Amino acid sequence: MAAIAQTADRTAVSASDWRRPGVRWGLGSAHVVLLVLLVVVGLGPLLLLAKFAVTPTQDILRTPMAVFPHGIAWSNLDQAWNDVQISHYFLNTVWVAAGSWASQLLVATTGGYVLSVLRPAYGKVVEALVLATMFIPTVVLLVPLYLTVLHPPLLRTSLINSFWAVWLPAGASAFNVLLVRRFFDSLPREVFEAARVDGAGPYRLFWSVVLPMSRPILGVVSVFAVIASWKDFLWPLLVLRDPSIQPLSVRLPSIAGTTDQGVFLAALAIATLIPIVMFLLFQRLFLSGVGLGGAVKG
Amino acid sequence: MTRNDVLAAPVTAPPGTRTDRPRRTPATALVTWVRRGGPHHLVFLLPTLVIFGVFSWYPIVRSVVMSFQKTNLAAPPRWVGWHNFVFVLHDPLLGTAVRNTLWFALLALIIGYPVPLVAAVVMSEVRRAKGLYSALAYLPVVVPPVVSVLLWRVFYDASPTGVFNTILGWVGLGPFPWLQDQTWAMPSLVLAATWSGAGGTVIIYLAALLSVPPELYDAAEVDGAGIWRKVWHVTMPQLRGVLFITLILQIIATAQVFLEPYLFTGGGPANATVTVLLLIYRYAFQNSLGGNYGAATALSLMLAVVLALFSLLYFRLTKSWSQ
Repeated sequence: MAAIAQTADRTAVSASDWRRPGVRWGLGSAHVVLLVLLVVVGLGPLLLLAKFAVTPTQDILRTPMAVFPHGIAWSNLDQAWNDVQISHYFLNTVWVAAGSWASQLLVATTGGYVLSVLRPAYGKVVEALVLATMFIPTVVLLVPLYLTVLHPPLLRTSLINSFWAVWLPAGASAFNVLLVRRFFDSLPREVFEAARVDGAGPYRLFWSVVLPMSRPILGVVSVFAVIASWKDFLWPLLVLRDPSIQPLSVRLPSIAGTTDQGVFLAALAIATLIPIVMFLLFQRLFLSGVGLGGAVKG
Repeated sequence: MTRNDVLAAPVTAPPGTRTDRPRRTPATALVTWVRRGGPHHLVFLLPTLVIFGVFSWYPIVRSVVMSFQKTNLAAPPRWVGWHNFVFVLHDPLLGTAVRNTLWFALLALIIGYPVPLVAAVVMSEVRRAKGLYSALAYLPVVVPPVVSVLLWRVFYDASPTGVFNTILGWVGLGPFPWLQDQTWAMPSLVLAATWSGAGGTVIIYLAALLSVPPELYDAAEVDGAGIWRKVWHVTMPQLRGVLFITLILQIIATAQVFLEPYLFTGGGPANATVTVLLLIYRYAFQNSLGGNYGAATALSLMLAVVLALFSLLYFRLTKSWSQ
């Protein structure tokens, strides 16, 4: 991935090409057309969602594309948040995301630390085993993981209907471990040596040297952990059967049929808000493509 | 990578290795292991071992075991040999599911493969507000997939006053039945899936376009190549590796498509959108006779073997590509 990060001085169309009027007009209009298309296709559906969120239901059903519906129904948002209890499921989603974040960070940092800094003799074996899980599509895990969570080894109680059922498996992300390990590899070894000479043990080295130096990668893992858990649907659907602890992604489809259209679309809009805000805040990170390597797991 | 390995070398080789090494007995080996901080290493490794062990390695092994067993939650599992595989292969729905999944993958390639490429090539020439272009392209990827499916389900309303039917009505087309029609349902699913996925591919292509060596364009210009020839004979060959990688990624993703058929149509109308993963889900979790976990794992295993070949190819390629 590192190889593609460099920026080129030029692309296919040269500066002298640009000076030719034909190219200038042709490419210029191609850019305008593309921008219009991107606004219509990329932003359009979301703008429509925002409009629907405050449009009276009758207008959504009869004249969905009307620019000026009959009045603005702010009550949609209010009803969704309070009556349909989106606030409750919103909190569940935050809770699910926070726990998944913590478990991913714990496993990725400690695992990366062992593999990159401590390097015990058996580290290679562990690394190979972790790497191997990246070749296994998630679909294989679905049923056996469900049964494992249903009757976890050593524990007497089932984890079904507990947040732990989502939090713990989220930690098993080989992509995170490798990403953090790679970053730890790039830290200067001299600093570690100096800390050791000064008498820092493995815990001190981890907590006071390695982690503070790794803020950038911890940020990357954190953002993608939160986004991924906000998006997750199938796994929480399987293990969080009790509606009162379900996150938005699981709850929204089940309220679709029984909720007033305007209120339902307001709920969808609320569910989209946090990811959009995160995208706007961390745009550079998203657009750098760091997180796309995780896409292999599907 | 290599530079760091060199830097790290002194850490792995213990400094001041003793020349008068005592005879190695299990006891002394244990003592040196403890003295070198072995137990502390294990403490740090604990989260990885426990989490991966219980929630990744164990279930992977278990899925192989389970595919040869009859498992229900009441009685202890029973060995049944290849019975689960035979059951799955004789299920008349399997053929439908495989055909539908392939149809989905093919449509996703036709609709979703060229669009990001063309968009990225044009976008790479943008001189002002390039960030705006890529942000707009990526925006749908950020929307939670469940939300985008539920939103598109509203758009696909088959009545003449549905969103898409209203828009197409302006130019005198439709109304179309969209999700309610056997032929139209699958393309509708693919269209929505492409909307939520294409932005990621655009970002990959944009990064790859920046890494094309500028000298190649300079050389092509010296030889008198115009813009089209530069794009066709320089840009495209340089993107070959990335194009192949996104192709594999897309095949791996579309083979596991679940969310769209599950939420849009539930596999209907008349099983026209039942995919392999939906079938696995039905075996295990939507079975009125109780979960047929054996059949579900057998089918997942068969799918996984096919997909593992693709991901192996992907890792081989990305490895040679990033070096």
